[in-house]
Amino acid sequence: MDIVKGKVTGINGNLVNVGFTGSIRKNEVGYILVEGKRLKGEVIRVSNGSASMQIYEMTNGIKVGDDVEFTGELMSVELGPGLLTQVFDGLQNPLPKLAEKCGFFLERGVYLDPIPDKDWEFTPEVQPGDSVVAGDTIGTVPEGLFTHRIMVPFTLKGSWTVKSVKEKGTYNVRSTVAVLENSVGDTKELTMVFTQPIKEPVKCYAERLHPDEPLITKIRCIDTFLPVAKGGTFCVPGPFGAGKTVLQHLEAKNSEADVVIVAACGERAGEVVEILKEFPELEDPKTGRSLIERTIIICNTSSMPVAAREASCYTAVTLAEYYRQMGLDVLLLADSTSRWAQAMREMSGRLEEIPGEEAFPAYLDSTIAAFYERAGKVRLKDGSIASITIGGTVSPAGGNFEEPVTQATLKVVGAFHGLSRERSDSRKYPAIHPMESWSKYKGVVDMARVEEARAILIRSTEINQMMKVVGEEGTSSEDYIVYQKGELLDAVYLQQNSFDPVDAVSVPERQREEFEVLYDALMARYDISDKKEIRSFFNQLRQEFLDWHGTVYQTPEYYEQGKKVAESYKSRAAVKEA
Amino acid sequence: MQKVYTKIESIVGNVVTVRSEGVRYGDIAMVGDSFANVIKLDKDIVSLQVFAGGQGVSTTDPVKFLGRPMMVSFSDALLGRIFNGAGVPIDKGPELTGNMITIGGPSFNPAKRIIPKKMIRTGIPMIDMFNTLVESQKLPVFSVSGEPYNQLLARIALQAEVDVIILGGMGLKYDDYLEFRNTLEKGGAMSHTVMFVHTASDPTVECTLVPDMALAVAEQFALDGKRVLVLLTDMTNFANAQKEMAITMEQVPSNRGYPGDLYSCLASRYEKAVDIEGAGSITILGVTTMPGDDVTHPVPDNTGYITEGQYYLKGGRIEPFGSLSRLKQNVNSNTRDDHRALMDAMIKLYAAYKECMEKRSMGFLMTEWDEKLLKYGELFESRLMDLSVNIPLEEALDLGWEILAECFEPNETGLKTALIKERWPNKEAVE
Repeated sequence: MDIVKGKVTGINGNLVNVGFTGSIRKNEVGYILVEGKRLKGEVIRVSNGSASMQIYEMTNGIKVGDDVEFTGELMSVELGPGLLTQVFDGLQNPLPKLAEKCGFFLERGVYLDPIPDKDWEFTPEVQPGDSVVAGDTIGTVPEGLFTHRIMVPFTLKGSWTVKSVKEKGTYNVRSTVAVLENSVGDTKELTMVFTQPIKEPVKCYAERLHPDEPLITKIRCIDTFLPVAKGGTFCVPGPFGAGKTVLQHLEAKNSEADVVIVAACGERAGEVVEILKEFPELEDPKTGRSLIERTIIICNTSSMPVAAREASCYTAVTLAEYYRQMGLDVLLLADSTSRWAQAMREMSGRLEEIPGEEAFPAYLDSTIAAFYERAGKVRLKDGSIASITIGGTVSPAGGNFEEPVTQATLKVVGAFHGLSRERSDSRKYPAIHPMESWSKYKGVVDMARVEEARAILIRSTEINQMMKVVGEEGTSSEDYIVYQKGELLDAVYLQQNSFDPVDAVSVPERQREEFEVLYDALMARYDISDKKEIRSFFNQLRQEFLDWHGTVYQTPEYYEQGKKVAESYKSRAAVKEA
Repeated sequence: MQKVYTKIESIVGNVVTVRSEGVRYGDIAMVGDSFANVIKLDKDIVSLQVFAGGQGVSTTDPVKFLGRPMMVSFSDALLGRIFNGAGVPIDKGPELTGNMITIGGPSFNPAKRIIPKKMIRTGIPMIDMFNTLVESQKLPVFSVSGEPYNQLLARIALQAEVDVIILGGMGLKYDDYLEFRNTLEKGGAMSHTVMFVHTASDPTVECTLVPDMALAVAEQFALDGKRVLVLLTDMTNFANAQKEMAITMEQVPSNRGYPGDLYSCLASRYEKAVDIEGAGSITILGVTTMPGDDVTHPVPDNTGYITEGQYYLKGGRIEPFGSLSRLKQNVNSNTRDDHRALMDAMIKLYAAYKECMEKRSMGFLMTEWDEKLLKYGELFESRLMDLSVNIPLEEALDLGWEILAECFEPNETGLKTALIKERWPNKEAVE
């Protein structure tokens, strides 16, 4: 096949116009040849016989008349064993390897193999003569904690017959492990690696299921009050400094997912460094292995080229889909989707498209929706259940949620964890606003009781507002007790100290037990009329609760302190309401 | 043999176009006597942005392409020198042409970054004690116009233990520039300072080049093993210059007239802050003036998302609320064992004082406890918050204990008993 070639006719920022002869596809990848380097770009528009390409690198030094080579391939990533533990940029360039090659700075036009050149212990799962389709398993290799399935490429169309397959043994990742043949006699050699376009969702599953099982994050406020489901979506909008990234790091650390993919999209490089240095030393309580073994980091920080930032979210979700096809539960955390939307806005501006609200392109809503729709719980063709959960942070301008990205995101997600400046300023972490936020998923405790607790919180806030006007002395004792109950719920359940090794992680069983006690304490009636006495009673109760959080689950101290808490509230409780 | 073009086809704002072939994107040219850079190529039409502005440019002015991108000379000879936004000396010294380096270079590989762990001492208690500045941090001072932010920067520059100071002045008033120069000269710091100064009356385009120049030079010093402190004042002027240029180029504005890539523009500059393993570091201290004290204005808002905290300068003081150093926990555990606890306790009490002030202004009764808080707040503000206070961290911590002891009983501070026994100034009160 001839390579389609072209020549640069115009440059504006990272948008390059190319005149070409022959046939090209929209969204295919091309390279601009400049000063002995090949700069990657994607065709994003074809008009008047000229192709507009967004270039994933700095465009300095390109001149009119420079050669362009088109590949005929859509923007793709390579999938194969060895992706876990790695750190990629938005185009799946392995950053540590790049550093070995180029030193401290990112050199443009250098693209390295994302899949490490390694041998793997291959076990075939099919025999010659078997019929296979896209997504079917040919064999397996052990990758860290998982049995990594070597699959028929997801883009392969039609039904194929296995002509030959390698025996059990150790093979290089790029050597042929099977040969397929279709009914017209075409043959296809399969290695352990194949490519997959990043903007096309993988649909090699039997059916999509309802996300009805909670994804445990071990954060009380989320699991009990604002749950996330396996295969669900959630968003975390918040002003700067409210703790979005810290919250995501906690979720990345403690969530009960098999694989976690962190997409640092247009954020600080320093934050990625924290994951890089911290995760290898942390232990995954479920498996006892290092946390980094279940993690992939896609990192396109704010100073890296904008066009690649747009690609990074798609790269991340494509890797997530790959591991989902192996029957695993994958959690994708994107920080921040606003930067991703801004990258779209920059490109749209260069293309001189008619702008929508705040100059975001008109297709912002549908693009965001399409991205979150790639989450989901599915039944694979072999019957196993797998899921992708997507959580994205949003950085609204001025902390105002009425802006286009937040609104477009809220339309498509199943849970909304809105962070508030007010709560973070008063050091109430996690700073998720308990009343403005919502979730459509089922949590770890009885939802009816959670609603009752939430009602107390709402009432308590109202009373607090009122007290600001009339003062403590103008508030009735009954109201004052409700106010204190709300404060108690906030202090001992919604807030969680992520720096305390015990309190930072609360397993669902523990949440159920603690919530049960708290629920009883909240629903009980107290016959105390003196406000000072009320305050000191609740202070005491709060202290007992906080001490309870400090005890290790299922130790004698835990049960003892639990009893003390119960005694503490029962001592003043009047007859329990039915 | 360089070709000279003498037919300028259009002059719009600061942008002129000529017809030429073989020009590279991003290269610089001379238009008349001024530098200009290529900002757009469309077939043979080359758009050039003239640094000195479009005013007075004639259609027959000679245009000469230099065949290289914007560069700045780098060597130790830079130290003590002052340049304008185009890199031309304005201190009557000789022009430097050796060892030219490209500005606005590629970004640092995140995989090569290290976690910053070294504190920068400034002698200002509100920084050292409450929001510690860390080497390789990027931190802006948020302030309204009229606050003494430039004096604050100059003071930090003089007192910080760094090897090289690089000042990037954008839209500086001429008086402010002179004041900076005089302060640094008087303090004896000029010999390790480089200044890139764009004053308010200089052409707009040069304003946008200042941070790139300053940071390109800083990067080279850091690679040479120097600890560099870069002062950028005022980044709002930089953003406004970007806005002006974007509007001239007929770009669609996104928010209050600012271009859609404002975030990327600011981030690519601030992200140059780095600690290089086995070499030096770059710390960036910027100033972002907030029009109308509005922190949701696009410039401070975007800045806040990029930087690692901010100092909030208000009423001549660094406010403890609103100010934040995101990296302080990396360093304040190894300063003195009481640092963190004392910091938290004092801030909590100060917050209580603020609430108490609110209560008082609404006419509620003041209790004995409220009176204590009022006394504490006043002492805190005059002895620690005042910008003229200049003491090392250890003295500031001791002073903190003294203030607490003057106002409160030990058990009212919320500090751990063991710590109080060790540090409370009046030992008898503890027993």
